[in-house]
Amino acid sequence: MKSHLIIRIAKSLLLARWRQTLVAAVGVTFSIAMFITLLGFMNGLNKLLDGLIINRIAHVRLFKEIKPNAHQPINSSDRFKHSYNFIRTVKSESSRQAIYNSGAVLRALKKDDRVSGVAPRITAQVFFNDGVVDITGVINGIDVEAESHLFHFNEYVTAGKPIDLKHVSSSIILGKGLAAKLLANIGDVVQVTTAQQERFSLKVVGYFQSGLQEVDKTQSFASLATTQKILARPSDYITDIQVKLNDLSLAPGVAREYAKLFDTETEDIQTANAQFETGSFIRSLISYSVGITLLIVAGFGIYNILNMMIYEKMDSIAILKATGFSGFDVNRIFIAIALSIGFFGGIVGLLFGFLLSSIIDQIPFNTAALPTIKTYPIDYNPVFYLIATTFSLVTTYLAGWAPARKASKIDPVVIIRGK
Amino acid sequence: MGENVLQAKGICKSFHDPVRIMVLKDVTFSISKGEFVSVIGKSGCGKSTLLYILSTMDTDYKGELFIDQENMLGRSEKQLARIRNEKIGFVFQFHYLLNEFTVLENVMLPGLKLARWPEAEVKLRALEKLRMLDIQALSGKMANQLSGGEKQRVAIARALINDPIIIMCDEPTGNLDKANGLTVFNIFKLLAQEQHQTLLVVTHDQEFAKNTHRIIEMDDGRIVRQ
Repeated sequence: MKSHLIIRIAKSLLLARWRQTLVAAVGVTFSIAMFITLLGFMNGLNKLLDGLIINRIAHVRLFKEIKPNAHQPINSSDRFKHSYNFIRTVKSESSRQAIYNSGAVLRALKKDDRVSGVAPRITAQVFFNDGVVDITGVINGIDVEAESHLFHFNEYVTAGKPIDLKHVSSSIILGKGLAAKLLANIGDVVQVTTAQQERFSLKVVGYFQSGLQEVDKTQSFASLATTQKILARPSDYITDIQVKLNDLSLAPGVAREYAKLFDTETEDIQTANAQFETGSFIRSLISYSVGITLLIVAGFGIYNILNMMIYEKMDSIAILKATGFSGFDVNRIFIAIALSIGFFGGIVGLLFGFLLSSIIDQIPFNTAALPTIKTYPIDYNPVFYLIATTFSLVTTYLAGWAPARKASKIDPVVIIRGK
Repeated sequence: MGENVLQAKGICKSFHDPVRIMVLKDVTFSISKGEFVSVIGKSGCGKSTLLYILSTMDTDYKGELFIDQENMLGRSEKQLARIRNEKIGFVFQFHYLLNEFTVLENVMLPGLKLARWPEAEVKLRALEKLRMLDIQALSGKMANQLSGGEKQRVAIARALINDPIIIMCDEPTGNLDKANGLTVFNIFKLLAQEQHQTLLVVTHDQEFAKNTHRIIEMDDGRIVRQ
């Protein structure tokens, strides 16, 4: 009813002791700023680390695995249908590693609404010949455009143009570590030998740096056509199909469905990379708990200052009550004081948090492992700002609650008689 | 005389700390509209305690209290606050202005709380009260910049803002020098004579009491003369 009067009184009380008010508000400002900065920085790092692994991994992978056939002849026999059959020394099938009917599978995948993109792949084990030394390595036959689009392949090519893989025939992009071993510069030609003893000359058009040294020492990339040529396979030869979904959480279900539908092995990202999610979750948890601790500490600061203020303002509270303000009105005045400290301290805190984040965002951060990162990563997620605002209001309200209650219970007679 | 503004019927009050002491024993009296009453008595005779009960701030008593012919028994803290706001004006010994506000705001606050008039009108009324008490020049000053006598006059203006049916004063001149005390007394007298304002003043100043319409004398928790 008379909220503006309550707010007016609260404002006068606050401004009369502006120094105290400032100290309380600075506490909130500091904690909100730190909360924003901490979460922004932590989540920036989280995204970076997740990106390092998860961005480069398909949500669902279709592949053929060399393994023993699950349908052994004895299982088809009626006589042994109800017995448990032990079969020893079963050998893996010498079946082909390619996905059957890959062209049709690719077309079917591209039509699926849940799929945001597909990238076919061929993996070929080769030897890189450097004089008398053979270095084992892997050539990944890729569709450069699809890989760049889905898995940011282009971001990891530190020298040369990724698209040259497509435009220059018999070209290869070497892992940085592998290139160093082979002493191969861009424009040089490297010799490779396949498992079938075929020799090929490939032109180096770029370097690739993933951030994972082990990968960079063995991996290299060529176009699908080049790889098929090396392996002497037809143009529908594909060993892997990487699928990226619109919604990552659907991956396990989709993987099971595809396994049945296309009769291949499938693997979803959740199964393959469970540890990364756990890692990000724990990091987020830590940053949230530190941030919330900061806010609670600020809340205690406000609590103290309000308590002190109530002792100082005993006379004022008594006179307000004597002249017709009820305990509820007095309560609201002190809650308003607490909330305005939270609100204004919080707003300034958001601003400082943003500024501090921007400053961190400018600090150079160069590491060999992360070729695409030039400064410290910051996540400017508006959700953090929302949480911080809500939390600053909630903590200050709670901090003000007890003192306000105490103020509302002050007996004016005791104060007035006490003189 | 006119209607009853305030009526006390058999009011008893005792403190339990540490032993039971009866402070007020069966106090019964009434005040009619327009009366200028003073309550006198020795220190500790219970006259201040009585005033706090009459003001509705102290609700821990036995007996019945009628203000404006309404029984105060069993009312909520909020209702009592409303009655204090609307019907009772207070002047205390120690002025009790809010130091965070200007003189004008101090006078206006109970009026704004009552919200019977819009803010602009409350302001006009406050200025009018200040002019009547000859302190309109102080209206823009902060409360803590005033002298004791000035503060007490501001407190009187504040007590008047909502046109209360009764003004209660606890030793209003107790903390003032003779000249200021006289000024305050003259204001009360003027209010009683010209505006027929009902006044109840607790004092130990015999000189002050002598000049009021009616004296209630208390001793040891009882009314001995009225």
